Amino acid sequence: MAEKRNEELIAESAAVINHPEITAAALTEQEEIYKENIIDHYKYPRNKKELSQYTCSRTESNPLCGDKISIYLAVDAGKITEISFQGHGCAISQASASMLTEHSKGMSLSSVASFTEKDVQSLLGIPLSPIRMKCAILSLKTIHKALEELK
Amino acid sequence: MAMKTNEIENKSVPTIVPVEEDFPILKTLINGKKLVYLDNSATTQKPKQVIAAMTHFYEHCNANVHRGIYTLSRQATEAYEKSRQIIADFIGASFDEIIFTKGTTESLNLLASSLGKKLQPGDEIVLSEMEHHSNIVPWQQIAKEKKCILKYIPLTAEYTLDLEKAKKIINSKTKIVSVTQMSNVLGTINPITELARIAHAVDAVLIVDGAQSVPHLPVNVQELECDFLAFSGHKMGGPTGIGVLYGKRKLLENMEPFLYGGDMIREVSFDNASWNELPWKFEAGTPSIAQAIGLAAAVQYLQNYGMDKIVEHEKKLTAYALQKLSTIPGLKIIGSAHLDNRGAIFSFTLDGIHSHDVSEILDREGIAVRGGHHCAMPLMSRLQLPGTTRASLYLYNTEKDVDALVTGLKKVQKVFA
Repeated sequence: MAEKRNEELIAESAAVINHPEITAAALTEQEEIYKENIIDHYKYPRNKKELSQYTCSRTESNPLCGDKISIYLAVDAGKITEISFQGHGCAISQASASMLTEHSKGMSLSSVASFTEKDVQSLLGIPLSPIRMKCAILSLKTIHKALEELK
Repeated sequence: MAMKTNEIENKSVPTIVPVEEDFPILKTLINGKKLVYLDNSATTQKPKQVIAAMTHFYEHCNANVHRGIYTLSRQATEAYEKSRQIIADFIGASFDEIIFTKGTTESLNLLASSLGKKLQPGDEIVLSEMEHHSNIVPWQQIAKEKKCILKYIPLTAEYTLDLEKAKKIINSKTKIVSVTQMSNVLGTINPITELARIAHAVDAVLIVDGAQSVPHLPVNVQELECDFLAFSGHKMGGPTGIGVLYGKRKLLENMEPFLYGGDMIREVSFDNASWNELPWKFEAGTPSIAQAIGLAAAVQYLQNYGMDKIVEHEKKLTAYALQKLSTIPGLKIIGSAHLDNRGAIFSFTLDGIHSHDVSEILDREGIAVRGGHHCAMPLMSRLQLPGTTRASLYLYNTEKDVDALVTGLKKVQKVFA
């Protein structure tokens, strides 16, 4: 009797103790974040170098995990003519920097400035927990800061 | 099921019961796999005895302490103060030398604030390169405020403290030496007694960060010869929100309070106040009563199990883990490979794979490890590492857990192959 009451109380407290379905089976393929393209961009990052000539650069870090990314931008006539990155971090932060630099090359400053978290997520094509989202958007944050400096 | 009111203090723990049985959470399934909990340096799991003691307090004894003369308040006060005595006995201290805080961080902040009031410009504070942020930042702040100089005892290539250099760094200007007894990153156990003697030779005080050592080693403040010892309840089977500052009575008596408010005062007028006696002088506001009782229950649990047995168990596991981990290609242990003077904390790097990716993939196997800088960014920069993956063990871990970790790490390498 006492045991049952306790269980009921725990169920009622679930609103406070968010207890997700941790007993569920392993991740489905759709939930897998270490997809082939992520690993590929991590192992063979595109645009990972310091530009020999750039208009501006900016370095940002994620204090939680120590990830660090520097972005180098070459700008001409309101467009990004060259973009590269340097730094270190997890597969998600490195892959997103690689994809994002690839994606934004040749784009106008204003369209890159309007990129959102959602855009990064769709570039990566994987579901991200809030904590890994921070890894994913570090390069975007750094690009945005660099763009602000240009103003 | 319900205990009588005063049983809270006398609950004995049968030592024959397999340890795992005492920790309900270890039966939890994570991602369909049995939990393998290897993040004990961050926090430990709680035995049933601790959970029961706290539940019992809330169900039968809850009242504020040092206030009412009614029965319940008296019982709460007795349980709270009895907890203090149990903890004092555990580390070889006296009742009035045990101050309850929120945890190690608050204990160290208390010291920096209170000892800091007496520092003069040019005075030196000596720390070590392997300190946790909580034993660096409070000193940095007080050093800036008081124009004092911070110095660090460097590491040797073997991840130990360089004692020869320590002897030179600690000089007549040194007023405070504050070091960890066990590194939360490297697992290194430091020679506290030797450091205490070096510090005392120049009339400096020696502060010990015992957050990682008190849960795992028999710690006696008399044998250590330290002046202060700070530790946390939640890293030794107790609840969060409770920690301890031990200080030698003479030193505590000469120190100013840290926080001001209720409980820590003797008398208050509109213009002035005088302080309560030790240890309450340093405990402002309603304390964490149930947490103190929970911590005492954790201490009793560890005592019944036997601190020597914990050392023996963790030594065996350390030998096993070091051997097993060394078979993984591309894995580098950041810490001593020798069994002497190290605890069961294993920081490592895996070639080409970031610690967060390691942690995430291990999590799918139900294995909880920590990735990152472990609140020791200066140490990481000294070692030129962005971070490490860390597995830290406790009394309920077994060789099976180490095997699960090794199998998990091989899976991690497969994902990145």
